Amino acid sequence: MNAIVSRLVQAIMVAILIGTATFVMMRSLPGDAAWRIAAGRYGYDHVDAAAADAVRAELGLDGPALPALLQWLGDLARLDFGNSLVSGQPVMDEIAHQLGASLSLAVVAILLSLLIGPPLGILAGLRPGGVLDRMLLVASTGLKAVPQFLMALVLIVFIAVQMRWLPAAGHGEIRHFILPSLTLALGLAAVNARIARDAMARIADMPFWRFAQWKGLSESQTLFRHGLRNVSVPLITYLGLQFVTLVEGVIIVESVFGWPGIGHALVHAIFSRDVPMVQGTALVLGLGFVLVNATIDLAVRRIDPRVTA
Amino acid sequence: MIVIATPQRRRAMWPAARIVGAALVLIVALLALLGSVVVPGDPFAQSLVKALAGPDPAAPLGYDHLGRSIFHRLVDALWLSPVIALAAVATAGSAGLALGTLAAALGGWVERGLVILADALLALPGLLLVLIVLAMVPGTALGFWAGLSLVLWVEFFRLTRAATREVLASPAVQASRLLGFGPIYLFRAHIWPEIAPMMLTAAAFGTATAIMAIAALGFVHVGMRAPTPELGLMMVELLPYWREAPLALLSPVIATFALLLGLTLLAGSRKS
Repeated sequence: MNAIVSRLVQAIMVAILIGTATFVMMRSLPGDAAWRIAAGRYGYDHVDAAAADAVRAELGLDGPALPALLQWLGDLARLDFGNSLVSGQPVMDEIAHQLGASLSLAVVAILLSLLIGPPLGILAGLRPGGVLDRMLLVASTGLKAVPQFLMALVLIVFIAVQMRWLPAAGHGEIRHFILPSLTLALGLAAVNARIARDAMARIADMPFWRFAQWKGLSESQTLFRHGLRNVSVPLITYLGLQFVTLVEGVIIVESVFGWPGIGHALVHAIFSRDVPMVQGTALVLGLGFVLVNATIDLAVRRIDPRVTA
Repeated sequence: MIVIATPQRRRAMWPAARIVGAALVLIVALLALLGSVVVPGDPFAQSLVKALAGPDPAAPLGYDHLGRSIFHRLVDALWLSPVIALAAVATAGSAGLALGTLAAALGGWVERGLVILADALLALPGLLLVLIVLAMVPGTALGFWAGLSLVLWVEFFRLTRAATREVLASPAVQASRLLGFGPIYLFRAHIWPEIAPMMLTAAAFGTATAIMAIAALGFVHVGMRAPTPELGLMMVELLPYWREAPLALLSPVIATFALLLGLTLLAGSRKS
């Protein structure tokens, strides 16, 4: 219960922070914000001074900053995100459209990373100090130092440009998924594998593990009956932390591969100073992170009954 | 009998890894510091005749698509992002240290407020925050500094607060207090020795994060602007010429990787 309240407080703070930041951004934009918003609402051909003045009066753009800020945050609280300054469409519609593309990319990336990282980590953790363990340490240290855009660059150069196996950019077909999701997955797997390895090594050292083997279970039986559930707890906890990496990755990877998702939209909105879109996309990303973490809190409690604070 | 086999090998490996990391960072730093002294040249001078030409004595790494010396652009770029990163880490480190100690020492609403703020910032992906600040602050370098400081202070704050709380509750601090020592002495004698070893790790990670962020945003064209030599920007500019001049693209890629790997190794294992 306590955890849910604190996540709620976190969510509200995130909304206020983003709302205030985008408000300051709106105020510090060069040019007349009222004209821009009016153009966004009515189209560039239908804007005149009267329309701009109406917008100015409605949003209190000329008045003192504090009432205007409260008005801005009030719109936010009513979930009124306004219209995009570029396309003129309601921000909510645009985001609903892009969120699907981003979510599918993120889910594929997570699944791919779980296929690569934890199995290797568990195998390495069963034989700490072995050949696989040492190779994994070197590989994951190296991979962790490669930022996502660099990984994307390397994959594009070698797999798309040099070998011509896969398209470097695009969206819509299965083969377009491979490079962007692999870029994200390799970075996630580098961390995943280490966490699984450390958890496995720790668990394989515990008395209950020895007992399970002593009473006659084979190694695979011990692993499936007693190991996996224990390894999954830190893995799932870290998945929540990795979500930050994933969101940052999505911003970069979508821009590099031309993936029509929310990260791509955010970069474009920043580029063209489309403040309502920046606010909308930033909110979805920030609140999504809080939501994922709240879910993970609950999931961990479900898997590991020892956690009850 | 239970024989517990602790993985000793890994514990013993870290110092070696740290030395390798420090060496990598040092090599890159030397290149940045001495590069233009050893081979003088201008990173902005164009000569379209030499576009994408191979290395010659005046440009040891060849020329880019506008005939500018890649060596001198790289040397310049290896100045730019580390300087911004170090400035941001210094700001974030001192702010996090001060606020963390303050939160742990005062407790109550000060602590609660700061923790809520830190948690909210933690929920925002760092790149997102940097992007928003970049859009507000005039001047890209200044924006990067402000945005990255805002992102990085949270880690320092959390580390400092956790360690300080533990130290302040210890009998040693109680004894010091009973002897009448003031808060400055308490910080110097009890808190700082506890925090100092964590600071190197946090600072190295922070610097790596900052350099990655600057390069990543440069790569997607929302960071530093065109003629400025910057690592990410150089890569995206040279990417179309991969087939004609692979060395041109590889130089910034290898330099960035070496710098980031060095910083990661220097940071060592993060204690959770």
